[in-house]
Order: sequence, then structure tokens, then C-alpha cells
Amino acid sequence: MAESTIQEKQAQETKPREPLFGKKQRKLITDPLNDNNPITVQVLGICSALAVTTLVFPSFIMAIAVIFVLAFSNLFTSLLRKRIPSQVRMIVQLVIIATLVTVVELTLKAYNFDVYKKLSVFIGLIITNCIVMGRLEAFAMANKPWQSFLDGLGNAFGYGAILIIVAIFREVFGKGTLLAGTPLEMMIIGPSSDYWIDTTTSAMFGWYMNNNLFVFPPAAMFIIGVLIWVQRAWNKKLIDVS
Amino acid sequence: MGLIDFIKRIEPDKEKQPFLHTLYDGFYTFLFVPDHTTKGGVHIKDGMDLKRLMIYVVLALQFCYLFGTWNVGHQHFVALGIYDDSYFSGFHLKIAYGLIKIIPLFVVTYIVGLGIEFWTASKKGHGIEEGFLVTGALIPLIMPPDLPIWILVLSVIFAVIIGKEAFGGTGMNIWNVALLSRVFVFFAYPTTISGDEVWVSGIEGMSAGAAVQYGWWETGFFNSIFEALGWATFDPSATVVDGYTGATPLTLAYQGGWERVTEVYTAGQMWWGAIPGSVGETSKPMILLGALLLLGTGVASWRIMVGMLVGAAISAIGLNLWGASPFMDVPWYYQFYMGSFFFAMAFMATDPVTASSTNRGKWIYGFLIGFLGMIIRVMNPAYPEGWMLAILLMNTFAALIDHYVYQANIKKRLARV
Repeated sequence: MAESTIQEKQAQETKPREPLFGKKQRKLITDPLNDNNPITVQVLGICSALAVTTLVFPSFIMAIAVIFVLAFSNLFTSLLRKRIPSQVRMIVQLVIIATLVTVVELTLKAYNFDVYKKLSVFIGLIITNCIVMGRLEAFAMANKPWQSFLDGLGNAFGYGAILIIVAIFREVFGKGTLLAGTPLEMMIIGPSSDYWIDTTTSAMFGWYMNNNLFVFPPAAMFIIGVLIWVQRAWNKKLIDVS
Repeated sequence: MGLIDFIKRIEPDKEKQPFLHTLYDGFYTFLFVPDHTTKGGVHIKDGMDLKRLMIYVVLALQFCYLFGTWNVGHQHFVALGIYDDSYFSGFHLKIAYGLIKIIPLFVVTYIVGLGIEFWTASKKGHGIEEGFLVTGALIPLIMPPDLPIWILVLSVIFAVIIGKEAFGGTGMNIWNVALLSRVFVFFAYPTTISGDEVWVSGIEGMSAGAAVQYGWWETGFFNSIFEALGWATFDPSATVVDGYTGATPLTLAYQGGWERVTEVYTAGQMWWGAIPGSVGETSKPMILLGALLLLGTGVASWRIMVGMLVGAAISAIGLNLWGASPFMDVPWYYQFYMGSFFFAMAFMATDPVTASSTNRGKWIYGFLIGFLGMIIRVMNPAYPEGWMLAILLMNTFAALIDHYVYQANIKKRLARV
């Protein structure tokens, strides 16, 4: 009894408890937002970023789904990391991800069927999203649960931020609305008096027509490309020396 | 003191005014053959620089411009039912009308495109690249005459920035820049570049009795000149004649095959180009004249042209044999009378930057464009003409084709060792 408490005390002295939100932990969240963004720097998770970003609201739901799946799969994998035999680790990780994705899918089906239909197969495809698998392999298998959880949150935030930026451009220019499908729906520019700028009567914007290209997935590719361009021009750390 | 001394005297300082110097340098090398030569190792030595090469294409396009100017006016008056008895009646009105439509397209394309080009050149600190001379001459020819100017501006900005400058400027682009601007309009604003109503300009809606839209240039400027000369003038009260639809031969062929096409247009009309269409692509003889000039000067590759012709012919013959729809039954040689095949062949597919560069690669590249373009045209009702998409698709694979040609050659020569 006495021995063990001494050992514990020694352990505490040699290894001080890490703070919940120290500098290192904060970095886990902020790093993927800019310097190590999963979409614009690592170029992962592009498939869903091109497909679901026609409207802001479904992209928002998608971002939340990925935040939930990534944070908790990181957490659970990290909890199990010492018990997972390395030969079958991929299968175990997939089971964890698939379970969480199923939870998200059924929840969405029950509470917001419209959005579920819009996102369709892409909720299911979170399982194969490279960001999720990549973080599990690269981070959660080697780090403690709390850090892994934060890392999952940070990467999913980075993914979601890009998703929403792309969706804002695509919705405003492609459909003339913002947040369509929610009570907050804003009609920004279009050919009737419901819109803030009514292009049939406005003298200044009478020429405006919705840009159909923004409704197609290629527009998301152009926007992400331009985002990468802008980010690299602005963040000197990302400039390739080669 | 000659002109060149004067021009050399007004050279702006490179350090203090980089933008002006870039501009100066661009125009100086445009007017005179530059007197500085490449330093260090160069592999190819030739008196032709990029500007002289590019200007041949611009010259070859002038035939299309001349015809297009007349045709825009001719189609306008055919829709109104005036001066449609012969090609030469109301000639001055047709030319004047065509100029009113084409000059804004041309000028705006050059201002926007060259503006971006000059700005990036001065930003990057190198000379102005000549690529836009040709691109800018091509873009107005492949647009419908009534295209709103702001859409043209957007499409040129998109094509030059995303299509060319993002890849590193002239000579680095993967896709044909002129076609990128058209594909942008095609997907972004489809109502302005497809359907029956856009190919004839100056009329709102193509139903019978629709009024003509004239602005100051027609009724004010040109009418006063023509009145002074005692010639016929523009009539602002004209309306569209009964039964006129403005449909292009391809739309008609889709509806009812060659019989339906010949009810409206004769084969001769289609060959000479007096049909509705984009500004410069309707007249086959004019395009072929330009193509001959390009072949004679060695700017364009005959392998691509012949390959494309063969590919399209084989594809069309195959579709004839299949014959599942009226369009497929159109005799294969008449497929070349309709649409913009020759323009795509002469000026778009042969762009040396985006095409394959090996001889065998050129054959494959041209053949596949012809083959795929015909299939897209005939089998897909959503895309009334296939060459734009076929060429952009094959642009993507041009480098890959070259790669395999090189590898095959290396393998063959290794076997001989």
C-alpha cells in the first residue's frame, strides 16, 4: 500500500499531468485549420468536398457529421490502441468508423430526412474519407485519448471550414440564396421581389444571371484551387522550396 | 531620325515603372524584331519568334472574320424577311450590322485578356507573352453574336486566369484557352449559348412578329450616313417573319434527320456558311483557306487535321450503319456540312501547345478527337455540338499519348541495341 502510493507520487513528480488546454493541445486544434489543413494542404477528403457543397446547410450538416465521427473514432481508437494487434488494425479502425457513421446516418434519417436525401451516399462515404482513416493511422494509434480527441476535432474543423467557405460561394453565385432549407434562409439575388436584390427591377443588377457552373461539382474544384492559391500566397510556411 | 530611334528614346525605366516597361517591351517586340538573343544553352535556333508564329494564325482567321461580319448581318435580315433574296442585296446594311455586333466582342476580349496578360507579366517580371494574340482572335469567332458583354468578360477572365496563368502562362496551359472560355459560357450560362434563339442577333424571342432591337448605332449613326448617301436604311419597325425559328442545322438534324435539314437549308448554303451559328464557324471555304495558310506556313500540323477528318468520317460511317435515330441516318459526308467541324479542325485541335507533339501522337490525338466529337454530337441531345468537349478531353490526354509514344520508341530502340 505504502509502496504503491510512493510510486504513484514519484510518477506524478517525474511526469506532471498535462493541462487540458495547454499550448500543445491548442496547437492540435489550430494547426489543421491553417498550416496543415486536411483539404487545402494535404488534399484529402476532396470527393465529398466537391459533391455536397452546393448548399450551405447540407455542408454544415456534413461538417458536423465528420466532426462527430472523426473526434470519437480518434478517441475510441486511441483508447484501444494498445490492445489492437497491428496486423488487423485497419479492420478494427474501420469497424469503429462504420459504427459511428451508422449512428450519424440513422440520426439524420430520423430527424432531417430532407438533408439526408441531399447528402445521400456521402454520409455513408465518410467511412472511406481519407481524413478519418489518415488521422487514425497517423495520430490516434500513437497518442493519448484526450490528445487524439482534440486532433480529431481540429482536423474535422479544418475540413468543415473549407466545406462551408466553398458552399457559401457556390450557393450565392449558383442559386442566389444563402442557407436555403433552414428558417434563416436568405434570398440574396434573383429574378423576383422575394430577393434582396431583385434583378428584374434593379437598375444596377439587371444583367445578373445565376451562374450555373457553380451548381456543378467542377466549380468546387476551381474554388478549392483558388483557396489553395490564396492560402499559399498568404501563408509563407506553405511555400514549396522545391 | 527614324521611328525606331524615337521608340527607343521613350523607353520607360524598368525599375521605376515595371508595368509601363512591360507594356513598352510588348509593343516594341510586336513592331520590330527584337535585337537581343538568348544567352546560355539553347537547343533550337530559328528566326521565327513566338510573335511571328502567332500572327500567322491571326491572319488565317481574317477570312472567318470577314465572312462572319457579313453573315451576322445576313442572318439578322433573313429572320426579318428583308434582303433575303440574294447574298448581295442590302450588302452595306449587313456589313454595318455585323460590325456593330462583332467589334464590341473583339475589343472587349482583347482589352480584358491582354489586360490580365500585361498585369501578370509585369508582376512576374518577364516580357509579355504572345499567347493571347491568337486566343483573343479566336474567342469572338466561337461565341454567338448576341452574347452579353459581361458574360464574355467573365469567360475571358476565367479562361486566362484559371486556364492559363494558374498553370504558368503561355505555353504551359493544358487546355485550349479559347475553348475554355467557351466551355465556361456553355456551362455557366447555357441559355445564352444554346437553343434556337441565340444564333441570330438583335431579336428578342424568335417567334413570328417579334420586334427588332436597334440601338443608337443602327438608327442614329449608320442610318444618317446611309441616308446621306441615298442608300437603304435600317428599319426599326421590322418584325420576324412567319415560320422563322432560327434553328441551326444540327438542331434540325436532331429533330428529323437530313430531310428536315434540307427543308430549311440547302447543302450549298451550309457549305458556304449562310446559316445561323457562332460568329466565325459557319463558312467552310473560308476556314479551309485559313487552314491552307496555316499548313503552308507550317504553323499547324496536317497530321492532326487529317487524323481528325478520318476519325470523324469513320465514326459517322459507323453511326450510319447503326442507324438507330434520324440523326444517325444523316449520310456521313453531310455531317461535315453541319456544325463547326472544320473550324475545330483547323484552329482548335491544331493548337501546338495543347496538342500532342510527337508525329504518331498527333495521328492518335486527331483521330480520337474526330471519333469522339462525332459521337458526342450525334448521340447526346444535351450537347448539340461535340468538338469543344472532344478537344478539351483529348487536350487532357495529349501529354499521356506523347508519353506512350516515347516509351514505345525507347523500347523499340533498346531492342535493337
